[in-house]
Amino acid sequence: MSNDPIHQFHIQKWFPIEIGGVDFSFTNSSFFMAATVAVAAGFLILSTNGRGLVPSRWQSMAEMSYEFVADMLRSSAGTAGMKFFPFVFSLFMFVLIANLLGMFPYFFTVTSHIIVTFALAMAVILTVVIYGFLNHGMGFLKLFVPSGVPVVLLPLVSLIEVISFLSRPISLSVRLFANMLAGHITLKVFAGFVVSLGAMGVVGVGGAILPLAMAVALTALEFLVAFLQAYVFAVLTCMYLNDAIHPGH
Amino acid sequence: MASEATTETTVHTETGVPGGEAHGGGGNFPPFDSSTFPSQLLWLAIMFGLFYYLMSKVALPRIAGILEDREDRIAGDLAEADRLKRETDEAIAAYEQALAEARNKAHSIARTNREKLEAEVEAKRTAAEDKLNQKLAEADARISEIKEAALKEVDGIAAETAEEIVASLIGAKVSKAELDKAVAAGMAR
Repeated sequence: MSNDPIHQFHIQKWFPIEIGGVDFSFTNSSFFMAATVAVAAGFLILSTNGRGLVPSRWQSMAEMSYEFVADMLRSSAGTAGMKFFPFVFSLFMFVLIANLLGMFPYFFTVTSHIIVTFALAMAVILTVVIYGFLNHGMGFLKLFVPSGVPVVLLPLVSLIEVISFLSRPISLSVRLFANMLAGHITLKVFAGFVVSLGAMGVVGVGGAILPLAMAVALTALEFLVAFLQAYVFAVLTCMYLNDAIHPGH
Repeated sequence: MASEATTETTVHTETGVPGGEAHGGGGNFPPFDSSTFPSQLLWLAIMFGLFYYLMSKVALPRIAGILEDREDRIAGDLAEADRLKRETDEAIAAYEQALAEARNKAHSIARTNREKLEAEVEAKRTAAEDKLNQKLAEADARISEIKEAALKEVDGIAAETAEEIVASLIGAKVSKAELDKAVAAGMAR
């Protein structure tokens, strides 16, 4: 079991709940979702309790994350996009904190499950589609008809646009999910090598240094990936929202 | 322990990870185990919804307020600094103007003083000159008076002397009218 790299992704039912024959148990995944919310909201709310004119370190970090996401959204979707700021900010912080919490040993990584990332991606796409149709009506469909394309090519281009739009939730969710999954498996495999080789005596301990160095390096890389994937998720969300606000590019 | 045993036995099947995907979400690979999907979706909806609520109602307005307050404060401070600077500039300008005015006033006072003194001196000088000229004229008048008187006396003396001379020379008396005539003729020559 100790060497099973998949074990960390198992869902364990902590409080079985069943409604109408469907399993809604409170699981380790649910717990870490709650932990993510508690850590992220706790950080953002407690750090700004002082409302200091001159920010403390924690408040400064909260302000930085706010301005980071605000600048990201404003630069890609304009000022009109700022009405989605709470949504984008929540997505970014939720994914970021979930990824970072997953870096703790024995912690469950919420974003390593495709259903979670897919649900978040669908929330983005549905927001885009619903807002797009509510605000532009059929004009939203101009999204699939790029201007300046010869009429002959239009059906083909539109088809490609539609396919690319439909693949967005899949690419958005799979990118995050696969990165977290692969990273954690790799980390686990290399850490497993260290343990197995270490158990083999003096030679093994010597040989275990290499995978140990790898595990250290991978840990650093995974922290980078944890941030980067949250950033990419938020940036793509901003760009998709921009399509809903300004269709017809 | 029982679960451990089952995972031990499934290790080998799990190495074929894509197999689970190919079977359409079934199998033992946890992320594709669709039996856990409803629970994850429900709890994600609850937790993310709660997080969204906390962000949009508490955290973000608060941070926005903090940033806005700070911006307002900085803008206010800058405006205040600007105002004070303008006041300072005004004070400096007023001071310089006052200084220039005082300097001008001093100059004009000096100039009027000088002019007054010059005028006084000039007046005194002309007065003195006038006085001198008057005295000169008076002196001239007296000189010409004296000269005239002297000249008259010269006529008398000349006649008397001529009479004496004539008397002593020829021993005859010459009339006064004739003498005067001769003197006048002599004087005219």
